[in-house]
Amino acid sequence: MRYSFLSLLKNGLTGQAGWKPAWRDAAPKPAYDVIIVGGGGHGLATAFYLASEHGIRNIAVIEKGHIGSGNAGRNTTIIRSNYLLPGNEPFYEWSMKLWEGLEQALNYNAMVSQRGILNLYHSDAQRDAYARRGNAMRLAGADSELLDREGVRAMYPFLDFDNARFPIQGGLAQRRGGTARHDAVVWGYARAADQLGVDIVQNCEVTGFISEGDAIVGVETSRGAIRAKKVGLAVAGSSSRVAKQAGLRLPMESHVLQAFVSEGLKPVVDGVITFGAGHFYISQSDKGGLVFGGDIDGYNSYAQRGNLPVVEDVAESGMALMPRIGRLRLLRMWGGIMDMSMDGSPIIDRTPRPGLYLNSGWCYGGFKATPASGWCFAHLLATDAPHATGTAFKLDRFRTGHLIDEKGVGAQPNLH
Amino acid sequence: MRIPCPYCGARDASEFAYLGDATLTRPDPAAPDAADAFHDYVYLRDNPAGAHSEWWYHSGGCRRWLKVTRDTTSHAIAGAELAGGAK
Repeated sequence: MRYSFLSLLKNGLTGQAGWKPAWRDAAPKPAYDVIIVGGGGHGLATAFYLASEHGIRNIAVIEKGHIGSGNAGRNTTIIRSNYLLPGNEPFYEWSMKLWEGLEQALNYNAMVSQRGILNLYHSDAQRDAYARRGNAMRLAGADSELLDREGVRAMYPFLDFDNARFPIQGGLAQRRGGTARHDAVVWGYARAADQLGVDIVQNCEVTGFISEGDAIVGVETSRGAIRAKKVGLAVAGSSSRVAKQAGLRLPMESHVLQAFVSEGLKPVVDGVITFGAGHFYISQSDKGGLVFGGDIDGYNSYAQRGNLPVVEDVAESGMALMPRIGRLRLLRMWGGIMDMSMDGSPIIDRTPRPGLYLNSGWCYGGFKATPASGWCFAHLLATDAPHATGTAFKLDRFRTGHLIDEKGVGAQPNLH
Repeated sequence: MRIPCPYCGARDASEFAYLGDATLTRPDPAAPDAADAFHDYVYLRDNPAGAHSEWWYHSGGCRRWLKVTRDTTSHAIAGAELAGGAK
């Protein structure tokens, strides 16, 4: 069923009885052309673009829990393309363009809201760095705007401009950035992929791989063996665990990132703001809760929950940015498992095992990349060649020295 | 999360800085396979879900390096010893 004003009207007049489940809960077939492991945003987007752009319809997405139950359901929903390095920025800008047409492509309201993102700077050096980044963005076709203090004040007069330690000097704005509804992105891709014949198999955990010589020709799962010509991994924080079953050791550590949402408020933050003197980002959901987060906890973790020192650090950063949130109460906080790569940038590449492909290393920035990640991974799976915007995301770049280290901290995943 | 420092006793994790996997051994730079060995040493990790041996530095305390054994699925700490052995 195509969602439209007419379908809404019709079902509204007939007791909402005509709606069908948005996707089938498929049982696994014995064999597919392509299996995507991981039913998060990236895996489902990959399946959708394989079917819609490359005409490959015999696909299964297998997910150990229910779709969107991992990081796709745990992020802070920010979309942006404000990267610096040439290996990254064209990719994220491609993602931004896909976001802009996503709802029409999927026929699903993903609540993409280009409310703008503003990165604050607090020193001359930081202003210069942001000017450089803004220029890099423009070179890649993205939009950017360097604001002075008064420009920021016109947008957000309530920020703590005269903070004794970190006075706000200005900010780098990307007005096309914003937020999207994270669950709706998952559901939209799932529904659109399902309509193109993709099987979405839930509660199906990969327990091993089927090999023929070096090649991977399928997966062993909790619901039986499934063969495939190609297997793509899009399992985020579980990448090391799953890849180990294929005998691979990855340049990656799994870390926990916490996020927070406050009680609902009337509209107060109408865009996305990031603090430049600490790691803190905040936006407001359409329900009214302030959604914010900060650093990863900084130690290896698969626990999906973090510890209090980072909570304190996030709260301190928030108070330094906008003291008016001091009396807010938290509604919820949670943790997700980040696939922190050794240079802070992702991997979309073939692996040393023929037939096995890897989409991983998204660190804590995977949500915004969802459309382009799916697009580039689908391109790789279909053609065995990287997409033009993703040529730098190679698995062997750590061996060849072609790192994409936005932050410049080296092989220390907890610092990216 | 409290880390049982052998020198200071159980202290909050915020007093410590984290380095990472303590099972890695720096390869011999003169070995013929040094380039491969250093790639593995610097970039590749087992990244286990479960018991993990890791380096923590007690920067807000005795300033000793500790080798801590911690479960990455629960954050439960099984033990900690001084990196250079007890002195």
